[in-house]
Amino acid sequence: MNIDQLIVDIIENAGVDIVCSVPCNLLGAVMQLLDAGPVRHVPVTREEEGVGILAGAALAGRRPLLLMQNSGLGNCVNALASLSGLYELPLFLLMSHRGGASERIVAQKPMGEAAPAVLDALGIPRIDIAKAADLGKLEHSMRSAFADSCVRAAFLQPELWS
Amino acid sequence: MKRIDIIRRIAVQDGFIVCNIGFPARELFSVQDRPENFYMLGSMGLASSVGLGLAMTQPEPVYVIDGDGALLMNLGSLATIAREAPSNLCLIVIDNGVYGSTGNQPTARAAGTDIAALARAAGCKHVIDATDERQLQDVLDGFSCGLTVIVVQAEAGNAEVPIIERSPVEIKDRFMRHLSP
Repeated sequence: MNIDQLIVDIIENAGVDIVCSVPCNLLGAVMQLLDAGPVRHVPVTREEEGVGILAGAALAGRRPLLLMQNSGLGNCVNALASLSGLYELPLFLLMSHRGGASERIVAQKPMGEAAPAVLDALGIPRIDIAKAADLGKLEHSMRSAFADSCVRAAFLQPELWS
Repeated sequence: MKRIDIIRRIAVQDGFIVCNIGFPARELFSVQDRPENFYMLGSMGLASSVGLGLAMTQPEPVYVIDGDGALLMNLGSLATIAREAPSNLCLIVIDNGVYGSTGNQPTARAAGTDIAALARAAGCKHVIDATDERQLQDVLDGFSCGLTVIVVQAEAGNAEVPIIERSPVEIKDRFMRHLSP
């Protein structure tokens, strides 16, 4: 089955009802599929803005997800700490993980390498998904972010699509 | 106009208030602390985004008390607000030309940046410049349906108000219980 459709099915099955996104080549098809489905999809101008919008949605009881490249994690560190974390609001970060062994764009390397440690420093639990068989972990992780009202994250490795 | 006098007029509106970090939130807290207030205690610049997310996901009116300095930190928010255009969102930018909570350093507004023009250029259709309290009150009274941006000119300076005594989680829990009893 198509990986992009699988990811969208997991998002829907986990009960996510609002997604903010910043464009990403790897996640482009997921974003298109979301536009055609029942989950509200709000493209934003910068990842930090998405954390803010999704905090507002969480206040209204929604189950929010931010879809972005790992580079966007760097753009929203303060908001994750001093908004989502401070108020104990639920949020799931679903990120493509650039900068690995197969990466050909050198500019993706520094943040790609730093991203896991950035999450560790923020105390945000994460899972890594490199193959379709691992996708089963994703729905559980999303559900626990919403049930426990906390931030959780997943990195989707480029190999997932190869 | 002093900022706290502007906040006094907003604080009595029916609906939710998301308030900018620092002295604006402290002034709102001192004027009228209520469950419908969400005080930003961190994340400068994101009040307008939090207000947008809240307005998009529930039907009650949402008033955002923002500042020129904070909005300049998150200008993309104006474009997203214009595109989503929730009819229950009223963004009030208290424009005093300074970063009031950090020692009154000038913002770009002091050098000529026009906040209302930025909002219009971002695509917001209903943008009002308010220069006196009566004009502000008229716009607040007239806000019923339709995304509204109000830019209010204010004097620099903070009121002498205490810090917010409630914890972040208490502010959130109280707010959410009020929203969904």
